[in-house]
Amino acid sequence: KGSNEESAPSVSANSIKITDITQDGETLTFAITSQKSSSSAGVCVFRTYEDFDWLQQSLLSQEDVPGLLGVIFPPLPGKPLPSTSFTQAKALKQFGFLALGDEWKIYCKALELYLQQVAAHTTLSKSKALSSFFSSTESPGKHRGKKGIFKRLSHVMEEMRKEGHKDVDKFFQSERDSCTHLSVLFKVSTEKFLDTVLTKQKLAVACGHFSTSLHLVCNHDNPAAVTFSKICLKLSDIIEAVKVNFEKVSDNDVSSMGLALDLESRYQEAKKEMLFRRTCKLVELEAANRNSERAKPNKKAIMEGVQKATQKEFNLISSVAKKEIEQYHRARVSVLRDFLVSWCEKQLSTAQETSALFSQHLEACRGFVV
Amino acid sequence: GINTKSACDGMNAYMAYKVTTKTSLNLFNRNEFTVKRRFSDFLGLHSKLASKYLHIGYIVPPAPEKSIVGMTKVKVGKEDLSSAEFVEKRRSALERYLMRTVNHPALLKDPDVIQFLESTELPRAVSTQALSGAGILRMVNKAAEAVNKMTIKMNESDAWFEEKQQQFENLDVQLRKLHASVESLVCHRKELSVNTASFAKSAAMLGNSEDHTALSRALSQLAEVEEKIDQLHQEQAYADFYLFSELLGDYVRLITAGVFDHRMKTWSKWQDAQVMLQRKREAEAKLQYANKPDKLQQAKEEIKEWEAKVQQGERDFEQISKNIRREVGRFEKQRVKDFKVVIIKYLESLVHTQQQLIKYWEAFLPEAKAIA
Repeated sequence: KGSNEESAPSVSANSIKITDITQDGETLTFAITSQKSSSSAGVCVFRTYEDFDWLQQSLLSQEDVPGLLGVIFPPLPGKPLPSTSFTQAKALKQFGFLALGDEWKIYCKALELYLQQVAAHTTLSKSKALSSFFSSTESPGKHRGKKGIFKRLSHVMEEMRKEGHKDVDKFFQSERDSCTHLSVLFKVSTEKFLDTVLTKQKLAVACGHFSTSLHLVCNHDNPAAVTFSKICLKLSDIIEAVKVNFEKVSDNDVSSMGLALDLESRYQEAKKEMLFRRTCKLVELEAANRNSERAKPNKKAIMEGVQKATQKEFNLISSVAKKEIEQYHRARVSVLRDFLVSWCEKQLSTAQETSALFSQHLEACRGFVV
Repeated sequence: GINTKSACDGMNAYMAYKVTTKTSLNLFNRNEFTVKRRFSDFLGLHSKLASKYLHIGYIVPPAPEKSIVGMTKVKVGKEDLSSAEFVEKRRSALERYLMRTVNHPALLKDPDVIQFLESTELPRAVSTQALSGAGILRMVNKAAEAVNKMTIKMNESDAWFEEKQQQFENLDVQLRKLHASVESLVCHRKELSVNTASFAKSAAMLGNSEDHTALSRALSQLAEVEEKIDQLHQEQAYADFYLFSELLGDYVRLITAGVFDHRMKTWSKWQDAQVMLQRKREAEAKLQYANKPDKLQQAKEEIKEWEAKVQQGERDFEQISKNIRREVGRFEKQRVKDFKVVIIKYLESLVHTQQQLIKYWEAFLPEAKAIA
C-alpha cells in the first residue's frame, strides 16, 4: 500500500477538474475528471469525502518513502456538512470562506486545488493511492486500510513543549519562528476579510428590501401621482442595481482573495505541522544521543545502533524538509500572485460594468420630465 | 430664488447658526445678507407659522426635530453620536426646513419669515419645549382624537377629500417602511466601513511581516487600497443618509401635519353654528306668541348673529377646502421634484464611487502583477 516503486504514468495535475457535485441526503458526491500525462483520454470518477480522507491518510502512511516526515502535505479541507445538518453560522465558523458561494462552488475549488497540489508534488504524485484514486471504479475509501502511522497532531501539553524546542539549525529555527508569526497574521486577515464579505451580503439583502418597498408606492390618481410612482420605480431599479453590484463584488472577493487567504492559512498550518514533526524527531535524536552516551557497556551497541538510525532519519527528513520549504516559498508566492491579480481584474471589471450602468441611469433620470 | 446656507460657531453655552440668504426678490431689503440664529429661533418661527396657517389648510413644514435619533429608533451602528456628526445632522435639517418654508409661495411672503431671514436681532422665542416637531404632533393627535370622539358623520359631498386622506395615510405607512429600509442600509454601510478599516490594518501588518519583497509591497499597497475604499464606504453612507433617510423622514413628518383634521374641525364648527341658528329660530318662533317684546328683540338679534356665524362657517369651510386642494396639488408636484433631485444626486455619488474604485484597482493591478 502506498508504494511508489512502479513508474505508472502519473496524472497531469493541470487536467484535474471537479466538474459536478450531487447531494444525496447527507452525502456529497464529487465528479472528478482527469487525464494521464501520457494520453489525452479523459477519465471521470465519482468520489465522496471519505475517499479524499482515505487518500490523505494513505499518503501520510506510505512506508518506504525516505524522509516522508519532511514533506509538507497539501492540506485537505475539512469534511463538508450538507445543509440538512448545519446552520450558516456553524458552517462559517468551521469553514470560513469555503462555506460561502452557491452550491459548494468554493469548496469544490478548494478540493480541486488539493488534488492538483498532490498530483504536482514530486514525491506524492508517485503514490499508488493517488493513481488508484483517479482510476479505480470502486470507491477506494470504502475499504479503509490501516490508519496513518502518525496520528493527527494534537496539542497535548507535552507536544506544546516540544514545539518550542530549540533547533540545531539556523535555517530551520528562523523558519519556525516566522511561520508562527505569519500564520497568526494570516488567520486574522482571513477573519477580517470574511467579515467584510458577510457585511456586503447583508447590504445586498438590505438593498433588496428597499427596492421591493419602492414597488409598493403605487398610485395612478392624477398626473403628479403617476409621475411619482414612476420615479419610485426608477429608484427601485437603481437600488436593485446597487444590490447586484454588492453580490458581484462579494462573489469576486470569495472566489479569489477569500480562497487565497483560506488556502494560505491551511498551507501554513501544513508547513507548521511538518516542522513540528521534524522537531519531534530532533527531540528523539537528542534523547537517543544521551541514551547512547550513558549506556552501560552491554547495551551500548544497541543504543549506538538506535542513535545512528535516528540520526540518519533526521538527516533525511531535514534534507527533504529544506527542499520542501524552498518549493513552498516559490509556489506560495506564485499562487498568491495569481489570486491577487485575478481578484483585482475581477473587481476592476465589475466596477467598470457598474459604472457604465449607473451612468446610464443617471442620463435617463436627468432627462426625466417632471 | 433664495439660497440658504447654515454654518455654525459656538458662542457661550449654545450653538448659533449662520443663515445666509442670496436673493433677487423685492421682498427683501438687500440682495445678500447673513444673520445668526439659535435652534430655539427656528422652533419659534415654526410655531408662529403653524398657528397662522395650519388651521386654514396650509401644509406648514414641520419643525426640525429636537432629537436626532432616527424615527425607527434603530441604533445606527457602533458609532457614538460625536458632536461633529450631531451638529452636521442638525445643520442639514435646519437648512432643509428653511428651504421648504421659502419654497412655499405664501409662507415666503409672511412677515415672520422675512424677519427671520433678515433682521439682525430677533426676540427670543420662549417655551419652545412643546413646539418641537414631536410636540406639534402630540397636539395634532389630541385634536384628532377629540374630533373622532365627536362621532361626526361628515356628509362628504366631495369624495376627493376622503380619497386623498386615505392616500395620505397609505403614503405615511409606505414612507415609514422606506425610511426603515434606508436606516438599515446606512447602518450596514457603516459596519462595512469599520470592517474594511480593520481588514486594511491587518493587511498592512501582513505587508510588514512578509519576507518576499514584491509580495510585501503588494500587500502594503492592498492595505492602502482598502483604506481608500473604507473612505468611499463612509462617503456613500453619508449620501444614503443625507439624501434618502432625511428626505423620507421629512416627508413622513410633513404629511402627519394634519390638514384634513383641521378641515373636519372647521366643518363641525359650521355645522354647530347651523344647529345653533336653528335653535335660535325655534326660540324666536316660540317668543312670537309670548308677550315679551324685549326678549323677542334679543332673539331676533341673536338670529342675525348666528346667521353671520353660519355664513362665516361656510366661507371658512370653503376656504380651507380650497386651500387644501391647492396645497395637496403643490405637495404632489413638489414631492416629485424633491425626489428627482435627490435621486440624481444619489446617482452622481454612485457613479463617483465606482469611478474612484476603477482608479484604485487600475493602480493596484501592476503592483499585483509585479510579484515575481
